[in-house]
Amino acid sequence: MKNIMKATVAAVAFAAASSAASAADLKACFVYIGPVGDFGWTYQHDQGRLDVVEKFGDRVETAYLENVPEGPDSERAIERFARDGCNIIFTTSFGYMNPTLKVAKKYPDVMFEHATGYKTADNVATYNSKFHEGRYIIGQVAGKMSKTGTAGYIGSFPIPEVVSGINAFLLGAQSINPDFKVKVVWVNTWFDPGKEADAAKALIDQGADIITQHTDSTAPLQVAQERGVHGFGQASDQIAFAKDAQYTAIIDDWGPYYIERVQAALDGTWESAQTWHGLKEGHVAMAPYTNLPDDVIAMAKETEAKIVGGWEPFTGPLTKQDGTEAAADGVRLDDGAILGMNWYVKGVDDKLPQ
Amino acid sequence: MFEAVLLTVITAATPLLIAAIGELVVERSGVLNLGVEGMMIMGAVVGFAVANQTGSGTLGVLAAIVAGMGMALIFGFLVLSLVTNQVATGLALTILGLGVSGMIGEAYIGVPGLRLPELYIPVLSELPLIGPVFFQQDAVVYLGFALVALVAFVLFRTRTGLILRAVGDNHGSAHALGYSVIKVRYLAVLFGGGCAGLAGAYMSLAYTPQWVENMTAGRGWIALALVVFASWLPFRVIAGAYLFGAVTVLTFHAQAQGIGVPSQLLSSLPYIATIAVLVLISANRRLTLVNTPACLGKPFVPDR
Repeated sequence: MKNIMKATVAAVAFAAASSAASAADLKACFVYIGPVGDFGWTYQHDQGRLDVVEKFGDRVETAYLENVPEGPDSERAIERFARDGCNIIFTTSFGYMNPTLKVAKKYPDVMFEHATGYKTADNVATYNSKFHEGRYIIGQVAGKMSKTGTAGYIGSFPIPEVVSGINAFLLGAQSINPDFKVKVVWVNTWFDPGKEADAAKALIDQGADIITQHTDSTAPLQVAQERGVHGFGQASDQIAFAKDAQYTAIIDDWGPYYIERVQAALDGTWESAQTWHGLKEGHVAMAPYTNLPDDVIAMAKETEAKIVGGWEPFTGPLTKQDGTEAAADGVRLDDGAILGMNWYVKGVDDKLPQ
Repeated sequence: MFEAVLLTVITAATPLLIAAIGELVVERSGVLNLGVEGMMIMGAVVGFAVANQTGSGTLGVLAAIVAGMGMALIFGFLVLSLVTNQVATGLALTILGLGVSGMIGEAYIGVPGLRLPELYIPVLSELPLIGPVFFQQDAVVYLGFALVALVAFVLFRTRTGLILRAVGDNHGSAHALGYSVIKVRYLAVLFGGGCAGLAGAYMSLAYTPQWVENMTAGRGWIALALVVFASWLPFRVIAGAYLFGAVTVLTFHAQAQGIGVPSQLLSSLPYIATIAVLVLISANRRLTLVNTPACLGKPFVPDR
């Protein structure tokens, strides 16, 4: 029933989005997984779209569809955009990968940009950010600040992006406290504040005193605030919801990338690429460090500087959960290994769903 | 630990319970309103906005009830006065609610909300285990239980309830007896809207005190399913809502314990459990038929 409803919502949204055609040089269109008001993932993408609007003014027309479910519905949404004269289409969720490629084949003159995926084509580029760099830093903070030595991690879906986040977090924590444990709860949704809150409560009840999440709402952090434990903001600075609980937040900043790609499309220099930037390029940023002692802040900033300087958190020695070696001492995992990560590091208190 | 789990279950079950008991009354009067989700989300946004502006949770809750009723009034006017298709109108109401709430709520994104205070019931709240779980909750939780008891009493122990059920079971006869079918249904639809609005307010003022678009995330649909699950009997709504809430929360605890069951299976457990119980209940066909409102979803046009 819920899917019927979502499909209908999407259908109505198409009608609204497809109305205007104008004299702008370029039409840039965005497909979103959640509502622009989630104050998390989709909110940050839409901030990026607004940066494009601000930068190019009347030269670029933008349009977006929100709440587009992954799967067949997204294909219709993307195709509708392609047919309606969008020149460049940003599809901003992992599950849009195959639909994006399918539509791209039919519309070779349209440029496609798929976020967080790994398949490209002549007219399909991918882009993602090195969120795991931020996860390593918050892991270190958790390692310093946790009294129980256990953090709770709320996961959405067991895809490489989320798994590498969990690993980076734990590696950061273990660099401070080698016995650090992380408990993982999968809620199997990107966005359901109620469920995310329930999952946070369950984790706290089982001894976690640090909560972090890879879902899109502020609910887990709010629970942390109420229960007197601590946590980290996700995608945007969520300090307003947890003034005593938030240590920092990993902020996604898509604006610079969107402006760069739209500029390239305008200039006719656009070509397919796999962009994967992090703290160094400013695509990932850390919110101000709060509620922390000075030495921990200094440590976090030092790690941040080290990563900006080119250091990779996934540098050996790395041991997998089953005890086998993932990387020898000093060996750095290559980008492909991180982007396709499907194994846990040692110390994760969960079995990875296969 | 056990206490903590129970507390979480109550918060998870309360919005489902309240929305479902409202819809139960609507369906008992013979009207199928699929717009619960839309009315709920409107309650959530209006409740949040008013509480935020006035600083009063009580006013927020009241405003949410009014907002739910306002949505229900639109629905009532369309399906009762203009005799539009109930299924299509209900779906439209949901879409309308999701859209309008997003627009109203735009100013409140990223604004922390206020939480309804807990009311401690004297003496009872001191009891071990039961006290903290059942008697140290916010007012809406008590209101939910009170509503179920009230609906059960009115439906089966009063003349009003008899008329309501008569309208839902055979609107032709009820009309012939001189009861205003349309008026009764209007009142039932309004009650359902008020409950959905209240459930929405619970989401944005107690469950997760904040406003984000789509925050009800399909709970209105689950409430609809719970009415069928309860075979239109009020006290079974409590059982359904708590079963659903309990299984949801327990699957999170099971995961945090690190048991090796795939999370996808655990996530589907509340639904599987609901279907299993539904099958068990419907095995008694006579009881199910007796309780199903015979005129459910059928339009009524008075001949004069």
